[in-house]
Amino acid sequence: MLSVTKLSKTFPGVRALSDVDFTAHAGQVHALVGENGAGKSTLIKVLTGVYRPDAGEVSYDGAPVRFATPLQAQQAGISTIYQEVNLVPLMSVARNLFLGREPRGRLGLIDFGRLHREADEALRRLGIRVDVRRPLRELGVGAQQMVALARAVAVDARVVIMDEPTSSLEPREVATLFGVIRMLRERGVAVIYVSHRMDELYEICDAVTVLRDGRVVHTGPLAGLDRLRLVSMMLGREIGEVRTEGLTKFSGSHTATAEPVLRADNLTVRHRLNDVSLALRPGEVVGLGGLLGSGRSETAKAIAGALPTDAGRVSVAGTPVRTGSTAAAIRAGISLLPEDRKAEGIVPGLSVRENIALAALPALSRFGLVDDSRIDRVVETFMKRLRIKAAGPHQKVGELSGGNQQKVLLARWLALHPKVLLLDEPTRGIDVGAKAEVQALIDELADDGLAVLLISSDTEELIEGSDRVIVLKEGVVVRELTGDDVTEDGLMRALASAPAGGHDG
Amino acid sequence: MTAHTEEAGMPVATDDPAGDGPPRASRSDRLGAFAQQHGALVTLVIAMVAASLSFDTFLTGDNLENMALSSAFLAVVALGMTFVIVTGGIDLSVGSLFALGGVLAAWGSQYGSAVALLLPLAVCGLIGLVNGLLIARVRLAPFIVTLAAMLGARGLLLAITDEGSTTYLVDKHSFFATLGQGSLLGVGVPVWITVALFVLGAVVLRRSRFGQYVYAVGGNEDAGALMGVPVAGTKVAVYTLSGLCAGLAGALNAAWLVSGVTILGSGMELEAISAVVIGGTLLSGGFGFISGSLVGVLLLKVIQNVINQIGSLDSAYQQVVSGAFLAVVVVAQTWLGRRRRVL
Amino acid sequence: MADLALARGTLDRARLLRLLQEYGVYAGVAVLLLFNFAFTPYFLSTENFRTQAVQVAPVLVVALGMALAIGTEGVDLSVGSVMALSTSLLSLYLGYGPWIAALIAVLGGIVVGVANGALVAFVGVQPIVATLALMVAGRGLALVLLPQLKDVRDPGMAALGSGDVLGVPYLVLIAAALALLVAFVVRRTTFGRQVLAIGDSRPAARLAGLPVSRVLVVVYVCSGALAAVAGILATARLSASDPTSLGTLMELSAITAVVVGGTPLSGGRVRIGGTVAGAVLIQLLTTTLIKHDLPPSWTQIAQAVVIVLAVYAARERGRR
Repeated sequence: MLSVTKLSKTFPGVRALSDVDFTAHAGQVHALVGENGAGKSTLIKVLTGVYRPDAGEVSYDGAPVRFATPLQAQQAGISTIYQEVNLVPLMSVARNLFLGREPRGRLGLIDFGRLHREADEALRRLGIRVDVRRPLRELGVGAQQMVALARAVAVDARVVIMDEPTSSLEPREVATLFGVIRMLRERGVAVIYVSHRMDELYEICDAVTVLRDGRVVHTGPLAGLDRLRLVSMMLGREIGEVRTEGLTKFSGSHTATAEPVLRADNLTVRHRLNDVSLALRPGEVVGLGGLLGSGRSETAKAIAGALPTDAGRVSVAGTPVRTGSTAAAIRAGISLLPEDRKAEGIVPGLSVRENIALAALPALSRFGLVDDSRIDRVVETFMKRLRIKAAGPHQKVGELSGGNQQKVLLARWLALHPKVLLLDEPTRGIDVGAKAEVQALIDELADDGLAVLLISSDTEELIEGSDRVIVLKEGVVVRELTGDDVTEDGLMRALASAPAGGHDG
Repeated sequence: MTAHTEEAGMPVATDDPAGDGPPRASRSDRLGAFAQQHGALVTLVIAMVAASLSFDTFLTGDNLENMALSSAFLAVVALGMTFVIVTGGIDLSVGSLFALGGVLAAWGSQYGSAVALLLPLAVCGLIGLVNGLLIARVRLAPFIVTLAAMLGARGLLLAITDEGSTTYLVDKHSFFATLGQGSLLGVGVPVWITVALFVLGAVVLRRSRFGQYVYAVGGNEDAGALMGVPVAGTKVAVYTLSGLCAGLAGALNAAWLVSGVTILGSGMELEAISAVVIGGTLLSGGFGFISGSLVGVLLLKVIQNVINQIGSLDSAYQQVVSGAFLAVVVVAQTWLGRRRRVL
Repeated sequence: MADLALARGTLDRARLLRLLQEYGVYAGVAVLLLFNFAFTPYFLSTENFRTQAVQVAPVLVVALGMALAIGTEGVDLSVGSVMALSTSLLSLYLGYGPWIAALIAVLGGIVVGVANGALVAFVGVQPIVATLALMVAGRGLALVLLPQLKDVRDPGMAALGSGDVLGVPYLVLIAAALALLVAFVVRRTTFGRQVLAIGDSRPAARLAGLPVSRVLVVVYVCSGALAAVAGILATARLSASDPTSLGTLMELSAITAVVVGGTPLSGGRVRIGGTVAGAVLIQLLTTTLIKHDLPPSWTQIAQAVVIVLAVYAARERGRR
């Protein structure tokens, strides 16, 4: 149906795709997998006309094509659902659904009666019931994603590309999505499915193509392909290695018996957190488990003063901390490594040096004047200690790799000599080597006596890295795993259990 | 196909995955939405009632006619501005284009009414087109591009009027002059033209596919592009439209004054933006309506009229009031918008 | 990954563009100077340089504040109105002596700056819109206070307007001192670093515990105060207060100077040296056109073209 041969795409300085062959067949769900930076997104963007290939050919229905814009690809029957919902939040559901192909009546004006009726029907067919007149932004993320899906299949799509469509869906919605995918498959649509979640791949996909460093390393049917083999192809490591080393670099246990350094009591944020309490002792790593939207990041942000709370107290070493102020939290010794490194962490246009010194500036200056020699000393210390790979302290942080950006952020916080470190997805989106280094570093910091709160959607990382795991569900603490209970199995069972009291949803 | 999916027993997704109650609009929420949509209209009615109770001279035929006429020109400028602001942009060149349009129309009127009308449209439309191309294709910031165009158009105006020393006159008996001076059923022709343009503009923005594109570009440009909205084309179109509107308003104004006055239009961009924003259009784009802009213009003109009626007050107070009003509306908008996002 | 590609890539063009951004303004000044040395009669005289420098001083002072505002990814459109307000206040209170009057004028600028800053920092209004409101209201207020042009006859102001030290006019000395002061603040103080960080990535700055709101308010206060100072300087030079026309289109000249000087509109970077050169460049351009008998209309058109070109050259890596 849709295939590419010998495709290459080079961005100045980076070879994103080289000699890629890939074919999606009608009536087949084809998984496209690979680590970050393997070239999946680039391939999709070439297929949908966002990028033009430097070499190679895209053919569709047997004939070579060259889409200049996403619109052309769409008109030819190739629809794409992106990871983040790509709709217009202020417009109504129906208008979003039919944007650019509204039913028109007399004088070429839009026929709103028909528009709403047809939109409603299209959504009902997918098993979604919403008021199509409402602005899209009033819907939940999952429902928005389903509108995007409805939009993609409503046009007579013959190829549907889904880029991590489940990343913001609840299990129930994932089931709906899979129902739609099966329906598409039976209609003879070619589906290209990008995901990191192994279970999903094996549940829904027929074939798989593995990309690594811009090259195809494997392509073929999925059934019969061993999971471990698939992982090892993605990582480019041998199976034995994966099995014996495990996937993380955590040592596992720390002994912590001292009094808690951080206490958070009854944190409540309307619609997000309900009466969350937790305590961290110096030298221990506490995991915060839960599904997407369970309030993990919100808990961390509330403790760090980045999210105003409706109720609750935070204290460090017995001294109460004013909530809702990052500055107060930082003064008290609480540091937060935010989830969205690019948007909320780094200051891309400033140098490594400036980024590391940013939060500690008041301490590193006298009468508001910056003390350059002291900054240089601090920066040098941390660049060495964290093994930050940069051309030098004056390179812009925006030019570094994800892993090194993360290390710069860690250095920024460590320069403040914090007592409590809150790490929200510290290894997301960074390459395997840097991931191991960051994990080892977290261990080391806990050994040095820091209290660490670790949030990770990678269950393996969470389990291996944490001494205790506090499990959140719908903004409520449902279980605390300690000692021998800190296992993936234990975590799964906690997640599957009913919320422990108090929640009147 | 439908039957098939039902057989498959697909689970039904609702829009309420988190289970925290149906996200129905709360009462205060609806109040906020009402304030955003009709706040300007309510304020206008209150202001008119208060003004007519306070001043005998307010609710007279002459005064109303005057207000309608002077509103008409600003309203046409605000019409184009509404489209620009809904795409999330801004056009600071309209004041200069208004003046330039007037001068071109007066100069052109010596060659006939058609030239008088078409020349300003062509030139101002072209400048709007250049604005649009620089913004959409070269991706420069709208405010700086249109600020430059404001300067450039002012320069052009000076160049064709011997550095502002020549004022071209319009023949009082030409057809072109009747566009500004004439009246129909006791209402001035410019007012009729304005009303017609607003009806047309409202239909285009609400009911045409182009209108949907305008909202989509302002609401989420990247998503719009992926959904096949011609983003660059839409932007070019709205800036061209804004240029056309400003030029037309200038031409009508010249016909009304029967001369191309060179010193007009400075500060008009601010008035037009104020009117649009007061009318409920979000400056961040993606939301707004044509009728609101008309109400915004009328409100500004009523305030101006009231200040003039209070003879002791300097007319400069009008600027103070407009500025304060703009600030209040923008603060209210930001506050409403933020609250709704949180909920 | 694409970001990385873009950052590392386009090396040749990027380097050329960066060179243009960094040094283009100095090259422009040099070219215009050479052109004038060669083709403009009487250009190479002390008197001429004095005139040029005195004319550029107020624009430069405004541009310094504007550079700070643009550095935070904002802009201050109210500067022209603040100049008008400043000149009105100055002539109203001149009876109490020039120092007190100047102090009150600067205070007026600070008040406008606080209003701008509060709208931007606490309410979250876009800087363009917030300062637009103050631009309208500020000019109105200036006219309410002083409805028409008024001569300023004060020996102190006269001395400020025409006096000099070793041949260098006071106005120029003040502008130069302020430029050095702002450059020092940007480079060497925590406040300067915080301005840049906020302009580059506001969420990151907030999460890093920087006092974002306070820094923003201070930036707009600085901009307002500097514009008020520029208003005083301009009043002294003209020895008259003209709230109707003083400072009109000043926001445009100041933005041009800043942008031509290589400070990107997207924030995160402030170049004071470039801003000074940018103000000089615009001044030289105007002079060149006038000295060669081109009418003001052409000057305006030329300035418009220069702005567009400068913004084009300074166009940052992709939009947000």
